[in-house]
Amino acid sequence: MNAHEPYAREVTINACKLCNPLGASLVFRGIEGAVPLLHGSQGCATYIRRYLISHFKEPVDIASSNFSESSTIFGGGANLKQALQNVISQYRPALIGIATTCLSETIGDDVRLILDEFKREYGAPGRPVLVTVSTPSYQGSHIDGFHDAVQAVIQQVASGGPKKSMVTIFPGMVSAADLRLLKEILIDFGLDFLMLPDYSETMDGVIWDTYQIIAPGGAPVSKIRAAGRSKAALQLGRCIRRQQNAAEYLAERFGVEGYTLGLPVGIKETDRLMQTLAILAGRDIPRKYQEERGRLIDAYVDAHKYLYGKKAAVYGEPDLVLGMASFLAEVGMVPAICATGSKSGKLAEELRKLLPESEEGMTEVAEGVDFEDIRMLIERVRPDVLIGNSKGYPLARRYGIPLIRVGFPIHDRIGGPRLLHMGYRGTQQLFDRIVNALIRARQDQSPIGWSYI
Amino acid sequence: MSENLAEVFATTREKLLKVYPTKAARKRAKHMVINDPNPETMPEIEANVRTIPGIITQRGCTYAGCKGVVVGPIRDIVNITHGPIGCGFYSWLTRRNQTKPIDDNDYNLMNYCFSTDMQEDDIVFGGEKKLRQAVREAYEIFKPKAIGIFATCPVGLIGDDVHAVAREMKEELGINVFGFSCEGYKGVSQSAGHHIANNQLFKHVIGLDDTVRDSKYKINLLGEYNIGGDAFEIERILEKCGIDLIATFSGNSSYDYFANAHTADLNCVMCHRSINYVADMMEVKYGIPWIKVNFIGAESTAKSLRKIAKYFGDPELTERVEAVIAEEMPEVEKHRAEARSRCEGKTVMLFVGGSRAHHYQDLFSELGMKTVAAGYEFAHRDDYEGRRVLPKIKIDADSRNIEELTVEPDPERYRFRKTEAEVAELKAQGFEFSDYEGMMAQMAKGTLVIDDISHYEMEKLIAYHKPDIFCAGIKEKYVIQKMGVPCKQLHSYDYSGPYAGFRGAVNFYHDIDRLVNSKIWNYIQAPWQKSPELIATYVK
Repeated sequence: MNAHEPYAREVTINACKLCNPLGASLVFRGIEGAVPLLHGSQGCATYIRRYLISHFKEPVDIASSNFSESSTIFGGGANLKQALQNVISQYRPALIGIATTCLSETIGDDVRLILDEFKREYGAPGRPVLVTVSTPSYQGSHIDGFHDAVQAVIQQVASGGPKKSMVTIFPGMVSAADLRLLKEILIDFGLDFLMLPDYSETMDGVIWDTYQIIAPGGAPVSKIRAAGRSKAALQLGRCIRRQQNAAEYLAERFGVEGYTLGLPVGIKETDRLMQTLAILAGRDIPRKYQEERGRLIDAYVDAHKYLYGKKAAVYGEPDLVLGMASFLAEVGMVPAICATGSKSGKLAEELRKLLPESEEGMTEVAEGVDFEDIRMLIERVRPDVLIGNSKGYPLARRYGIPLIRVGFPIHDRIGGPRLLHMGYRGTQQLFDRIVNALIRARQDQSPIGWSYI
Repeated sequence: MSENLAEVFATTREKLLKVYPTKAARKRAKHMVINDPNPETMPEIEANVRTIPGIITQRGCTYAGCKGVVVGPIRDIVNITHGPIGCGFYSWLTRRNQTKPIDDNDYNLMNYCFSTDMQEDDIVFGGEKKLRQAVREAYEIFKPKAIGIFATCPVGLIGDDVHAVAREMKEELGINVFGFSCEGYKGVSQSAGHHIANNQLFKHVIGLDDTVRDSKYKINLLGEYNIGGDAFEIERILEKCGIDLIATFSGNSSYDYFANAHTADLNCVMCHRSINYVADMMEVKYGIPWIKVNFIGAESTAKSLRKIAKYFGDPELTERVEAVIAEEMPEVEKHRAEARSRCEGKTVMLFVGGSRAHHYQDLFSELGMKTVAAGYEFAHRDDYEGRRVLPKIKIDADSRNIEELTVEPDPERYRFRKTEAEVAELKAQGFEFSDYEGMMAQMAKGTLVIDDISHYEMEKLIAYHKPDIFCAGIKEKYVIQKMGVPCKQLHSYDYSGPYAGFRGAVNFYHDIDRLVNSKIWNYIQAPWQKSPELIATYVK
């Protein structure tokens, strides 16, 4: 394994990360009846809305405290209070998730203090739950904002008490289809659960026959309140920092049984999730999933000849990269480039644990890089396939390498939120897509138009 | 919709305002008027003031208007966003403005997104050093013709001086480097960013190249951003007419065109909101008159071409323009007639931009469709009520915040394009220089005009009135469609375009026909929802 530092450059050329409050906004959209509110310039809310919307193709309402120049001098307290008041009047939300921005953080607004004042002034009746998280764009990336927001919701809303049969799961930043699959699995295991966030409906909803002021769906606030009474809590994601790990927090604070698992991509990581759920539910793995697993292995066998030794460049959030790499190694591919714009500091270490020893030295790991860094790695490694979000398309085009679109954002195809990455079923879809992309590349490059490959 | 629009919309207006707390309702009320196109009795609309916190707005920020809209489409300059990563990333090719490098050696830097990706240390200790180095590196790698530096929110707060860095780097690298103080919070919307971009292009680029091209009818096209290829179509038409386009601000543009723009003899303004500043400044400094044109709509295109021909007053040009219109129109009319038969009488609402909500009404009326409600996202009063209200517009703290350049005639480059007598003659014939009558003069009496419509108001408006089509942007698109109403995005045209000029009009007719007559909406209700008794019969 070769760990790469980003190339020594001050100019970032085509970033491979988005900003902190975007991740937080997505989390708040995964809570029932919640409205996200960004404390800062209105441009942040607008940009983040348009970016989430382009991927999800769903309405995304994010309010803002609309700083003016004078708010930057006198503080944004008055604006935030006014914003809360107006959001409550229009939307009657169950929860308002307040994420800070560069602006409010740079001037040093104390959001908790402002919220305390607001609560006193507004009074209790009709007041939604208020959660705040610190997400300046100059720290971390969107995935940090995501995890920090989950942690903030749990720390500020969950309380303890006698244990219930409920299981709490923190799925990480995955697709709406992944969330739906996770819920299906939990239901099939007969588990009562809280999944936070759950934007499977709010960000990939049905057409409406009546007008909805806030898109239906999401993790219910009542369940979040009870999270401290869960029997167990599962955090999916191995690259997550300890202080962002909400399952660990619940374990330490409320004595909930805490588990940290990888994103269930591929056989190995999905097996681990299934086994954990079987223990928690006290029952066997439902037959449906055993069959899905069997079909997946069968497909591995059928198609491994197309994949063996093929090199992939994977980029995106650290845990998505880790999950993909683990899966690729299973099917005989080489995760030759594992790159992320974020800086978890854990990707190399976690990869080392998951990848077979024989592949040591064949994988270039790079954290905190941009697409120009990734391009230079591609120049050197010459992968057969790229796996990541749509921002890698220019590289795929330039080097004539197929791109398998996964993760976020996907702006040049429809169906981003419906892409399944997880579980045996998601792995099956990924596997088929990768094999077919490689077959297609061979077919397209062949001098004769073979229709039997 | 009922014939008595004014009454219907007065009720709607009351209902929309009811949800807000008193103070917010009072403010929003001034942004919603029932239209009267008569200049004498036209209502005054509040515009270009701060959006109330907590009201979900369509608007973006000053940075978005400056980097994203005006300067972004210039293909051969490196635009470095000085700030944390979000701002640069979100403005990376998101507007669908296209460009066509002239050959393989030409630049196309639009695919790139450059940022200093400021970290906490830079916020604490200052980011100028990092910025300087970033400029150097970008120059080394890409050797661009010029470099623009764009300040984001925290930059202004920590006191990094982008202009000082630009000056130093210009000296060191020997290419043009200029900065933009376009911190997001500076103005009330992207509109402030347009103004800042106008100022800096005027100060640092326009007028650098005095080469005069050997052609008869030299114009600039201001405020055309080549979304979906609009500028390509306009270029095609102008070329056919023998009109020489020196520079487009800024669709399909090169730094070189801007440098040479002052050699044109006429400025044609498309998007009045985003670019009128440059038109005014170029008139004062170089003596180039400006006129308002609109290439959205086939009739509007013909009208604009005739206006340009009239300005030059050369029978040869007039003849050629007429020949081009005569050649282009039959095809347009064929498609229009077909689409119109299915679109006639349908209702439209447009809430978008600073000129698009006005321009696209022309295309809809060509289809026989009725605009019943419209509004701008970031326009000013003059874009609604016409430039006649300019002297009456209050200058608030936010507007004062944006630099107004003091411009004087250039001693060497100022040149009268028309003699006083020629100008008087044109004016006597009803030719309007430096004027824009605004959107409301064109809209029917009783229609609803809402400035800076909030997301909440928009949803209610659709729920109450169900227009046949609603035009807005991507942030609005999906909620509109959830409610069973087709949405045409007029910022980015969805995946479509061009919509400008003659061929663009044909594209638009087809797209709108397809949208308003789509069968998809019929499936929203399942058969068992439509007639449950039918299912019961089967079950029996």
